Amino acid sequence: MKEPGLYALGEPDENSPVIVTANYKLTFDIVRSKLVGFNLYILVLDTKGVNVWCAAGKGTFGTDELITRLKATHLSEVVAHRTLILPQLGAVGVAAHEIKKQTGFKVVFGPVRAEDLSTFLINEMNATPEMRQVRFPLRDRFVLIPVELVGFVLPTLLLALFLTGLSIFHHNGLYFDAHEAKIILRNTVLAYVGGVAITPICLPWIPFRSFSAKGALVGIVLVMLISAIMTPWLLIMTAISSFIAMNFTGSSTYTSLSGVQKEMRLAVPLQLAALVMGIVWFMALRLIG
Amino acid sequence: MQTTYLKNVSTLTLNVDKCIGCGMCVVVCPHNVFALQEKKATVLDLDRCMECGACQTNCVAEAIYVKKGVGCAAGIILGVVKGTEPTCGCSGGGCC
Repeated sequence: MKEPGLYALGEPDENSPVIVTANYKLTFDIVRSKLVGFNLYILVLDTKGVNVWCAAGKGTFGTDELITRLKATHLSEVVAHRTLILPQLGAVGVAAHEIKKQTGFKVVFGPVRAEDLSTFLINEMNATPEMRQVRFPLRDRFVLIPVELVGFVLPTLLLALFLTGLSIFHHNGLYFDAHEAKIILRNTVLAYVGGVAITPICLPWIPFRSFSAKGALVGIVLVMLISAIMTPWLLIMTAISSFIAMNFTGSSTYTSLSGVQKEMRLAVPLQLAALVMGIVWFMALRLIG
Repeated sequence: MQTTYLKNVSTLTLNVDKCIGCGMCVVVCPHNVFALQEKKATVLDLDRCMECGACQTNCVAEAIYVKKGVGCAAGIILGVVKGTEPTCGCSGGGCC
């Protein structure tokens, strides 16, 4: 976490531009590294160590904080001009017209990505439409996988453990079958991989718009790959992959609240039903024999 | 590649009568939802909207309404569990 306040990059004077950013350490470091060679000021807001877009959504990268920080740093005495360059995604939390009204500073929303900042500054603060759009390329989807990987590892292993516990019940008595336990672990983990990694990576190429449907389809394909289509795994693996894939909406850069609510109203009951029916089927097979 | 989510779900509305044509919504929208035509804002493609609320926050004429929120399943589940609005429990780099 970076200490909020005003930082100098190079040797800025009273006419140097002011770039506003969050106090997430990684954000600050990226902004600074992309502006090497420029003489300017970086105004760091107190966003509780959260990145610009998320902080703007929560309101910490917001109008009030910017006004507070402008006063605390006495920026109006440091620079002669009255222009602030904000990251475009900060617009979620900062109302440019309010800043102008209350502080006299004009807010210019710069590019979405820090890597475009130098071009933006050289082009007299003009951002191309390309610089203004949020995308979700393979590289960005790829780096987000560890977040999902960690978040779902425990629930997945618990479910595998639960199924292994159930698998000791057989029509002719109670016994542990190591081979079966291995299959349970493999299949559960495979469905987990479908949801945390395969669906995010292949996101734009999988049919359907809803993430839960994409995840379900990946689950079904995996079931087919292990030739388990007429087994309880069809339901169990599809439910797991679909549920985990649905959670990738939070990492994606283009899903809306209304949209996710809509898909969840249909998907969550189906996922639950599939899982429960899958487990009942799983039990029925061994109890009936 | 333009990624779009579900169709016809966004709560975004634009009151063209109130619009003063400043173009701020065109600037702040991260998904190229707006354009300026004949000095008025217009919605190019509603299905690209992710309800982030940047346009509403920065519309000085108060011509834009959108129910701002997080498009995050975990956040929605957390909201249901806590009995609050959909909210994000995590912080930092990955999700929010």
